[in-house]
Amino acid sequence: MKKNTWINLGFQAGALVLALLITTLILVAVGAPPFKAYASILSGAFGSINNVENILITWSPLLLTTAGVLITFSAGLWNIGIEGQMTLGAIFTTGILRLLQNTQLPPALIIILGILAGIIGGALWAALAGALKTFGGVNEIFGGLGLNFVSTALTIYLVFGPWKRPGVGSMSGTQPFDQKLWLPTLPHTELSLWALGSSLLVIVAVYFLLRGTHIGLRLKAVGKNSKAAFLMGVPTWQYSMFAFLLCGAFAGLSGAIQVTSVYHRLLPNISNGYGFLGLLVAMLINYQALWAAPIAFFFAALNIGSVQLQIQYQLDSSFAGVLQDLLVLLVLLGEGARQRFLRKV
Amino acid sequence: MNVELRDIHKTFGAVHANVGINLKVPAGTIQGILGENGAGKSTLMKILSGFIRADGGEILLDDRPVVIHSPADAIQHGVGMLHQDPLDFPPMRVIDNFILGRKGSLLTGHAEASRDFKHLAEQFSFSIDPDAYIDALTVGERQQLEILRLIWLGASVLIFDEPTTGISAAQKVKLFAALRLLAEQGKTVLFVSHKLEDVEGLCSRVVVLRQGSLVGEARAPYSTKKLVELMFGKTISVGERNPCGGGGAASLSLRNLSVENYRLKVQNVSLDVCCGEVIGLAGMEGSGQGLFLRSVAGLVRTVGGRIILDNKDLTGRSYHVFKRHAAAFLPAARLEEGLVAGMSLTEHIVLAEEAHEFFINWEKGKELAQNRIADFNIHGTPANTVESLSGGNQQRALLALLRVPLSLLLLEHPTRGLDIESTIYIWSKLKERCRQGTCILFISSDLEEILQYSDRVLVFFSGKVTQPLEADTLTIEKLGELIGGKGWPESTSGKST
Repeated sequence: MKKNTWINLGFQAGALVLALLITTLILVAVGAPPFKAYASILSGAFGSINNVENILITWSPLLLTTAGVLITFSAGLWNIGIEGQMTLGAIFTTGILRLLQNTQLPPALIIILGILAGIIGGALWAALAGALKTFGGVNEIFGGLGLNFVSTALTIYLVFGPWKRPGVGSMSGTQPFDQKLWLPTLPHTELSLWALGSSLLVIVAVYFLLRGTHIGLRLKAVGKNSKAAFLMGVPTWQYSMFAFLLCGAFAGLSGAIQVTSVYHRLLPNISNGYGFLGLLVAMLINYQALWAAPIAFFFAALNIGSVQLQIQYQLDSSFAGVLQDLLVLLVLLGEGARQRFLRKV
Repeated sequence: MNVELRDIHKTFGAVHANVGINLKVPAGTIQGILGENGAGKSTLMKILSGFIRADGGEILLDDRPVVIHSPADAIQHGVGMLHQDPLDFPPMRVIDNFILGRKGSLLTGHAEASRDFKHLAEQFSFSIDPDAYIDALTVGERQQLEILRLIWLGASVLIFDEPTTGISAAQKVKLFAALRLLAEQGKTVLFVSHKLEDVEGLCSRVVVLRQGSLVGEARAPYSTKKLVELMFGKTISVGERNPCGGGGAASLSLRNLSVENYRLKVQNVSLDVCCGEVIGLAGMEGSGQGLFLRSVAGLVRTVGGRIILDNKDLTGRSYHVFKRHAAAFLPAARLEEGLVAGMSLTEHIVLAEEAHEFFINWEKGKELAQNRIADFNIHGTPANTVESLSGGNQQRALLALLRVPLSLLLLEHPTRGLDIESTIYIWSKLKERCRQGTCILFISSDLEEILQYSDRVLVFFSGKVTQPLEADTLTIEKLGELIGGKGWPESTSGKST
């Protein structure tokens, strides 16, 4: 066992080094000085309090989507549709806020109702993918992908149609809500401790759910071998559905947070790729919930830090994505190589 | 085309599937290849048809040694195989399937192929619509399509793997006529079967395989007794019977149970099983016993009849309802259906227990696992994942997961692949259950096991089922004949489609 632990670490370190090596080569190829570029990512991420706050703002939705896909991964499901679930969360929240903004209800209540609606919206969208999978035999990857497109189209329709700003609709989204409907944030930032706190709470809850409860164990059994789980008495399709619902709820919450604490309106592409990024984090940590928080933080830092690259070297900030994707690919590759290696030994 | 196999060897891990097989089949013959499940028939035929490579030995076609790399290669050499389950493409048309395997031009040449198809079909008096979709065809028609396709591709050696399973009597007559015609045309027909009657009625010569070796050959007319002896081995001494205390009310009652799938119908089975009784289900794989057992577990919907367990009518209920009424089913495929690879023994034990709390008490689970490991003599620790255990230990782990008490225990091949020691241990555990009042139904292809441990036996053949037979009155020979489809009374209910 001891020896294997070192071998595992070796392969993971190897993957990390290789990922850095390849990104360095890419940097050289596009004519940017690699070490200065890395330094600027670092300073971009941690150079000022403001930057760190931005990391935390990004961390929160990423934690939620990661928590969601950890649940569906445990049940053996590839919930690619998480982007759409997040979007539907944002749509539902916006809808409730719009509906209630001119009523006499206390703003706090409206915000809470809005967030609850977002959670329900995400869960419903996930339930659709789940029902397609369970009752229609549609693979959840295709179902989810299709529903992602639908959710994007729905957002654009709302932004340019029924919910358009007075005058003319634009890509910058719906009319921003009155400040009283904003989730309280730290002064002069968009960082909401409510958002951050609930995200951390969710990831901790998911950790305990997967590790220490009968529900978690059954989800895992369904994911690893649903036939055997069924014969052992686990109601398998109900658990798959449950996984979808829970993941969708977390995604919906993350969409609701984007609306109530970051953008204060609905805009196209409000999910911002956090769903896919959450999938990457889950893959990178090999579905171990314990590592979700630090790795999600690392990814968030890369996203924020690479904004600096654009300013200093005119490199697109999607450069962070290159590094993240390479890292995941190489870690997965390393995992395969490790298994072959161990079989040979 | 003359076919000759010389000293063919093939091993799969520790299993020696073909042990130095020599076989010569002259052109124009229908050669029967007989043997029970796992005797090595299919392996040998797959070697000849290029699906797998032999570890050693030679294949000669018309006295020329050939090396066959793939099924496509085999067809180039004139060897084609019809598999037990038709390897076609259900969402496609007959004519597209017909053309699919052909090499050569980029264009499909539908018109020409269509003409050839009609011409060939006429020759064999098959009536298949070339524009029909495969989904709409019966198994027999799909077989006919496959025969036509192979001949069109130029096969002069045709291998048939259990072709009479799942086709109607009329189609069987047609098939046999076609096979005879093929032989008359000088083609070589290899007919693989475990059905004595078919082999006896069709083949001019027969070889028998047992445990990977060719153990004998015979020419028509045949002595059934001799063929059975060759198939199952001679006079195995049967161990002492252990009749266990039955008596009392029936705990499981089946009333005219009928169940079917796309190739088999098992009809009107009635059976009363009392507490502690063991019923063995014998038959070649795929004769209906598996379907029957799964229907009694609630895993397969029945199409008629009633299932009554402990005076409760559970007909049409799901497996989980059966499970709540103290029934359990253990599948043969331990790692595919029984256990969850990647999970530890402790996790399995916790999963199988009824959960009353929200959180798992892992300490308690581990302790429970340790107790079960000791009880069931499993060589492993609570933290071991199930796939790291040996087959025997996996089987014991499956038994260790069962709850107590149970009214009904259904087992598929409970000791398949296990050594003697494990087999004896597992049966001692099962008999312990019987003494506690559990009744057991089990499937086995090991006739000795059936006779040794059953109180009564049901024999399955192509969906037909015998009346319950007292194990005391049975012998290996008698059982072997029934399994091979001989000695069935005309009145037996049930029929194959």
